[in-house]
Amino acid sequence: MLTKRIIPCLDIRDGRTVKGVNFENIRDAGDPVELGALYAREGADELVFLDITATIEKRKTLRELVNRIAHHINIPFTVGGGISSVEDVSVLLQNGADKISVNTSAYKRPLLVKELAREFGSQCVVLAIDTRQEADGEWYVYLNGGRTPTGRKTTEWAKEAVDLGAGEILLTSMNHDGTKSGFALDITKKLSVSLPVPIIASGGGGTMEHFSAVFQDGHADAALAASIFHFKEIAIPELKGYLQKQKIPVRI
Amino acid sequence: MSIVIVKYNAGNIQSVLYALDRIGIQAVVTDDHEQILSADKVIFPGVGEASTAMKYLEERNLDKLIRDLRQPVLGICLGMQLMCRYSEENDTACLGIFEEEVKKFTPSESQVAGGIKVPQIGWNTIYDLRTDLFKGLGDQSYCYFVHGYYAALGEHTIATTDYVQPYSSGLHRGNFYGVQFHPEKSAAAGERILTNFCQVIDK
Repeated sequence: MLTKRIIPCLDIRDGRTVKGVNFENIRDAGDPVELGALYAREGADELVFLDITATIEKRKTLRELVNRIAHHINIPFTVGGGISSVEDVSVLLQNGADKISVNTSAYKRPLLVKELAREFGSQCVVLAIDTRQEADGEWYVYLNGGRTPTGRKTTEWAKEAVDLGAGEILLTSMNHDGTKSGFALDITKKLSVSLPVPIIASGGGGTMEHFSAVFQDGHADAALAASIFHFKEIAIPELKGYLQKQKIPVRI
Repeated sequence: MSIVIVKYNAGNIQSVLYALDRIGIQAVVTDDHEQILSADKVIFPGVGEASTAMKYLEERNLDKLIRDLRQPVLGICLGMQLMCRYSEENDTACLGIFEEEVKKFTPSESQVAGGIKVPQIGWNTIYDLRTDLFKGLGDQSYCYFVHGYYAALGEHTIATTDYVQPYSSGLHRGNFYGVQFHPEKSAAAGERILTNFCQVIDK
């Protein structure tokens, strides 16, 4: 049976992990390769490496880091942050990335999604959406790491991007991100049941119950989190054991 | 032991090279006919679309070359599908090494309502494992899959996976082996399979 995926996300700046991490059993927790390899050993199903400075500073690729990750990590990984052209993606894939994620650049020029899908296949094109629920109850798309509102409904943009060839959606709820109060179940479910591609839910995971809820009630195909893994508030083996007890299919 | 990875217009070729490097196995990526013919083992990887890949192989006479290889050959993902007789993906005649046909996943309405999506992306189990390719692996080992088309079950099936319906996640005929999943991304299980292909399989 196809399993639900648990995906740690590593934020990267200048080739180093950004958020403080708290691990005794690796030499250098600031090294994305070492931290990623630890997560892979613990049973992470995939990894996401996000260059959080890229969109603002227009810094291009993490070519060298991606190459090093690809040499050391034996599970699939996605690279995102500041990717805006077929050429950017070509370099990252040639250096061993399995998938890339696009966000602001794809919103500004939706044909990018089509070009990437045609050139490399939908399976490696992840559309990242930062979304916020406004006072009217609707979920809207935000750009530039959540700083720029677009006024466009998340459901509309997600559908357009999938029609253009996006193979997965990485949906981050700004209302929930960092709160540890649980994932955004309603918008996750809305996208998951209406779109033919997997939905990766992100933002708000704080307890193991939150993960079972996003799979069972939110119909997510995968769940992504960062600091709860980095700070060992939740260990991946424990989380997967818990999910298995809840009858959620996971790889153990 | 010389191991060659066939270079063609499909993605993920570097990933296979890196995966072999992680387990201490040297390989060369090439489309040179002589180098492929003289290798001890040949890996035929790939992520992409069937008809453009076949066209590319035919233009370089790699289709005939691969079909006539005598040493152990391992097709991965699209590579395995191209080793079948025919693919529904853009109505493509393939290499015909395996009799099995490649079809598009077509989930029923109730399966779609139950959350089955196409392509399949993620970790699924392989079972009913046969041949030394899977030596040392437990039945129901998890491997990483990304695909929208599948090879049906048939006489050459050596591994089975359930998605929409049971299908061939591994095929074998003579010196030819194929796996639908990505051993290069399948953690320890995948490393075991690559090691078996490179070091255990001898014909």
